[in-house]
Amino acid sequence: MASKTWLYAGAAIVSLLILIALLAPAIAPHPPLRQNLANDLIAYSADHWLGTDKLGRDILSRTIYGARISLSVGFATVALSLAIGLAIGSLAGYLGGWVDLLLMRLVDILLAFPGILLAIAFTAVLGPGLDHVVLALCLIGWTGYARLVRGEIIALREREFIHAARALGANPKRVIARHLLPNLIAPLLIQATFGLAAAIIAEGSLSFLGLGVEPPTPSWGSMLNDGRQFLLVAPHLTTYPGLAIMITVFALNLVGDGLQERFQARSR
Amino acid sequence: MKRYFIHRLLLLLPTLFGALSLVFLLVHLIPGDPVDVMLGETASGADKQELRRSLGLDQPLPTQYRNFLTKLASGDLGRSLFEQASVNQIIGQRLPATLELAFCAMIAALVISFPLAFIAARRPGGIADRGALLFSLLGLSLPNFWLGPLLMILFSIQLGWTPVSGRGGWLHVILPALTLGLGMAAILTRILRASLIQVARAEFVKTARAKGLSENQVWLKHMLRNALLSVVTIMSLQFGALLAGSLITETVFSWPGIGRLTVQAIQTRDYPLVQGCVLVIAVAYLLVNFFTDILYKLVDPRVSYGE
Repeated sequence: MASKTWLYAGAAIVSLLILIALLAPAIAPHPPLRQNLANDLIAYSADHWLGTDKLGRDILSRTIYGARISLSVGFATVALSLAIGLAIGSLAGYLGGWVDLLLMRLVDILLAFPGILLAIAFTAVLGPGLDHVVLALCLIGWTGYARLVRGEIIALREREFIHAARALGANPKRVIARHLLPNLIAPLLIQATFGLAAAIIAEGSLSFLGLGVEPPTPSWGSMLNDGRQFLLVAPHLTTYPGLAIMITVFALNLVGDGLQERFQARSR
Repeated sequence: MKRYFIHRLLLLLPTLFGALSLVFLLVHLIPGDPVDVMLGETASGADKQELRRSLGLDQPLPTQYRNFLTKLASGDLGRSLFEQASVNQIIGQRLPATLELAFCAMIAALVISFPLAFIAARRPGGIADRGALLFSLLGLSLPNFWLGPLLMILFSIQLGWTPVSGRGGWLHVILPALTLGLGMAAILTRILRASLIQVARAEFVKTARAKGLSENQVWLKHMLRNALLSVVTIMSLQFGALLAGSLITETVFSWPGIGRLTVQAIQTRDYPLVQGCVLVIAVAYLLVNFFTDILYKLVDPRVSYGE
């Protein structure tokens, strides 16, 4: 695919979505929690462009506010996973030996579970709520970053510039922070972009199962869950939040793909 | 080969043990007393105490853990809190449905991805290639919990071609299999396309053409065989994604498999059942990865461990 065009298109969509999330109170036509039972399950009206749900709440406003939840869960999950993965991966890769062996066995144990399964079990332990969703997603999320960082550091640590830094007396912390990490920015950025997409889908899955965001907070996943029982009479309840998730994840995948191609082209 | 097998097995065992311990801990950390859930909050203290004792829940956690491992060693996953059956029986009844769905999803993924990858790889950069890449990106962006209802609205409700939900004849499995298989189809299309394009540049393909073989023979006999290794790898790696996807897909389509059972067990706080389901899924996932590694080594003896 013409990577540059798609990369920019993806980045533009993601930027627009972030802007929508930030400006939600200004651009949403109605308060997302305001109920109007006399106007329930409308498919379209001049006042409610995307219709209303079973409690007469405006779907457009809830979808706009849903962007806040999805994106903030996504960014928080990626930031926390990245921080944990970076610390553990650096330690394992740089120190090697039994530290590496122990930490990587821990990664193996966590990866023995298909992604969402552990998150579902963990949210069942913690109970629903935004913070709990982020924690549950981080529980497995950090492993990917740790593996990546460890692998890159093992490949880099025998390079001459690292030997030179060590010979000049730099301590391990300085070698990792000043010499190894700057070389990891590109692969981590790519992984974080795909991680953001995965976290948004995972949050949607948890909320869809009723284990994520608590009602009445609008989240795309919980809106889909609410709409499921009205599939026959009001398919619009599931259409718009689903479309929002798909567009967001699609745009993030475009950015991730584009960055990957550029990064590979540069390292060739 | 024997050394490799033993090495992999030695790595598998601590992972398996760690996974079992994690499941035990998670399930026992779930807030709320299972006895309250079973008897209701109004039951008398004596009744609760008696039930707690009969379930072994009055023991300290390390003792419960030891009992759990001892029972597990004999293949006993305990009894469901609500259904009058053992966890083994319930999972045994539900597992065939999940396997059927996973198998059909794999078939769906192959049927979709092979033609797409072939058409795309014939002319890299062409319109068909771009279309295939766009499809794979879209496929990766469509969450199961939305695709399922969408297919249901279109094919079951509007057109009336397939049943809305449940398990029965082959018509029942089409929509769940498509929902579950689309993500895998998207990944397979990408990988197979990339492999075919790479193999097309190899010397042996040029030789095959120079020998005068037809283009179809070159593609099917020489290129496809070499590209298949990556397909097998991806399919086994995606097995975990299929199991994870089954949790959502089975819930959407009321498919009576182990995925839906897990979600229901979590919602009803049936702890032994949650524990059993999560264990079975994790062990299946670990074993599939283990055997893939072994098979891979058999197919390609250059593969080694530890570097």
